[in-house]
Amino acid sequence: MTPKPNSKPPTALLFLVLGIGVLALFLANVCLGSATLSLGDVWGALTGKGSSISSQIVIDFRLPRALTALLAGAALAVSGLLMQTIFRNPLADPFVLGVNSGASLGVAIVLLVLAPAGVSLTQGLELSGHLLVVIAATGGAAVVLGIVLSFAQRVDVMSLLILGLMLSYAVGAVVSVLMFYSMAERLQSFFAWSYGTFGNVAWSHMRVFGACVSAGALASLFLCKPLDAMLMGERFAESLGTRVKRVRILSLGLASLMAGTVTGFCGPIGFLGIAAPHLCRYLFKTAQHKVLIPASLLGGAGIALAADLVAKAPGFDGALPLNAVTALVGAPVIIVALIRQRNLRKAFG
Amino acid sequence: MRVPLEAIGLSVGYTAKGGQVRVVASGLDLKLAAGEFVCLLGPNGVGKSTLIRSLSGMQKPLGGRIRIADTEIGSMSPKEKARSVSVVLTDSLPQGMFDAYSVVALGRHPHTGWTGSLGQEDRARIDWALQAVGATELAPRQVSELSDGERQKVMIARALAQETNLILLDEPTAFLDLPRRVELMRTLRDLARVQGLSILLSTHDLDLALRSADKLWLLGNDGSLTTGMPEALALGGSIARTFASREVDWDSEQGAFRMHSHSCASVALDGRGAAEVWTRRALARIGYEVLSAESASKLRIRILEMEGDVAWEIAASEETKRVATLEELVGFLLGREHKEENR
Repeated sequence: MTPKPNSKPPTALLFLVLGIGVLALFLANVCLGSATLSLGDVWGALTGKGSSISSQIVIDFRLPRALTALLAGAALAVSGLLMQTIFRNPLADPFVLGVNSGASLGVAIVLLVLAPAGVSLTQGLELSGHLLVVIAATGGAAVVLGIVLSFAQRVDVMSLLILGLMLSYAVGAVVSVLMFYSMAERLQSFFAWSYGTFGNVAWSHMRVFGACVSAGALASLFLCKPLDAMLMGERFAESLGTRVKRVRILSLGLASLMAGTVTGFCGPIGFLGIAAPHLCRYLFKTAQHKVLIPASLLGGAGIALAADLVAKAPGFDGALPLNAVTALVGAPVIIVALIRQRNLRKAFG
Repeated sequence: MRVPLEAIGLSVGYTAKGGQVRVVASGLDLKLAAGEFVCLLGPNGVGKSTLIRSLSGMQKPLGGRIRIADTEIGSMSPKEKARSVSVVLTDSLPQGMFDAYSVVALGRHPHTGWTGSLGQEDRARIDWALQAVGATELAPRQVSELSDGERQKVMIARALAQETNLILLDEPTAFLDLPRRVELMRTLRDLARVQGLSILLSTHDLDLALRSADKLWLLGNDGSLTTGMPEALALGGSIARTFASREVDWDSEQGAFRMHSHSCASVALDGRGAAEVWTRRALARIGYEVLSAESASKLRIRILEMEGDVAWEIAASEETKRVATLEELVGFLLGREHKEENR
């Protein structure tokens, strides 16, 4: 007979609720915006029976934007979860460890150095989502993560976090030097990128974006078992037959692929990576990855969709910077988790 | 019959900062038989953990060979290794949102597929492991809510769930109180005996090791390793040599360490039973050399036992005094010493 934990909420039910929540938020994102559409309008647009304006709004703008938010949120949440497990630290997320600044530097080099130097960028100033920007962001993120990782074996986790932070400052300094010597219009496009938005992935880019992000998310599902072991420490994992180095490199590789891709296409979007896994741990009361990875996928998607709903500010003209919204949503989540658990170490596996 | 653990000409150590190699012990020939419960003892910082880590294949030895069940440890894949030896380390106490059952279930990792899903056999083994350490009722609880002792039980159940013939434990008793330590040692010894497991554990608890281990491995400060039956090592003086220091003496009659006495005063003690044992300890603690009742000494203490009441009669050269508690006895002797010093 297996003793079943009785205090735990039923996992299946939670997944169902979370799934319905994400679906509802997705639909709300398609319907709401500067012009409000009914579900009937959306259905009409999708089946080709609606008015041409509403079908243009739905198919060309709302749908890709909602899909981008869904994928980006899911990817950021899972990459945050991977980092938290690998570094065994509740505050680790791609951005804390410098993915953010690495990506910024990559993009800054493309936008502020290469572009003025005559490298042709076919899309002119509408640069977010440009493939070169994506490659630069992902590359920059990978380089910084690689540096942090190379120290990972030598120093303890707390030092590693501080190292990531210092690296962020240093890289940020280089970026501001580049900005100082750049023309205003170039700066404009860099700023636009750095505010973050889900609205820049057109259907033509969705293939690359969707493929990178889903590949990363799916691949991380294969790491459930070794990641559980890693939570108890690398030596422990090794004694259970886990190939620790391989898992560490795979996880951080996947995290930088996902976070780098999202950052490249959507700009740096903070807090989602930390907040979503904590929220899921809090909801599901477990640290097991076979639960947490799918839960984070859904939770991250939900938070991203909700944040974009706020950023689009239904009823207002204009929009808020996405980054500000995620920080406003994410910071309280972390604070509540901290207060509720008194100690994040405990909340964290 | 295959030998569960064997080391031939083993040197262990580590590379310190700056590439300096520090050798902890070298030329070790070790053997652990099936069903044997062995305690590894040694002074602090002598390298017990290094030896345990090396034997478990987590750390490369500096030289020599380690064979587990007649297979070279270096030629085993991580999975094979995890199926033949399980390790309980002090630094990986579980934290966070795992219930105890899931922690024990981690022990099934080397036996399950990539999803880690548990089959009938896996669940049976987990239930057995929980029962073997008396942790069945802990299964549904979050490990963060458990006491150190309960957590240690769960970690040992995890090692048992791993279904290996060889279990190595690095100071599993470190954070436990005495009754919990005794319990744990008995559990491990019984597991070795009944299940035929080979268990090696390092500990600081010499007394407990002497009472429960089938064999002791004594790792000395000079990197030498002495092995043998606990009683034989105590009698032969190996324990005294391994732990020798300026502060303590090995009392081979009492089977325990004694602090060096700084006072040279001696006292003849007359009495028997528990009262005699604890009086002797109290006297030794405040620095008296305790002699037998027949010896000639200026200071004599007689224990009087009348219908369950105990009293102590102190006969010094100039006076005789009777006290009713050990506190009074100690107080009197210390007060007397003080007077003599002032004289």
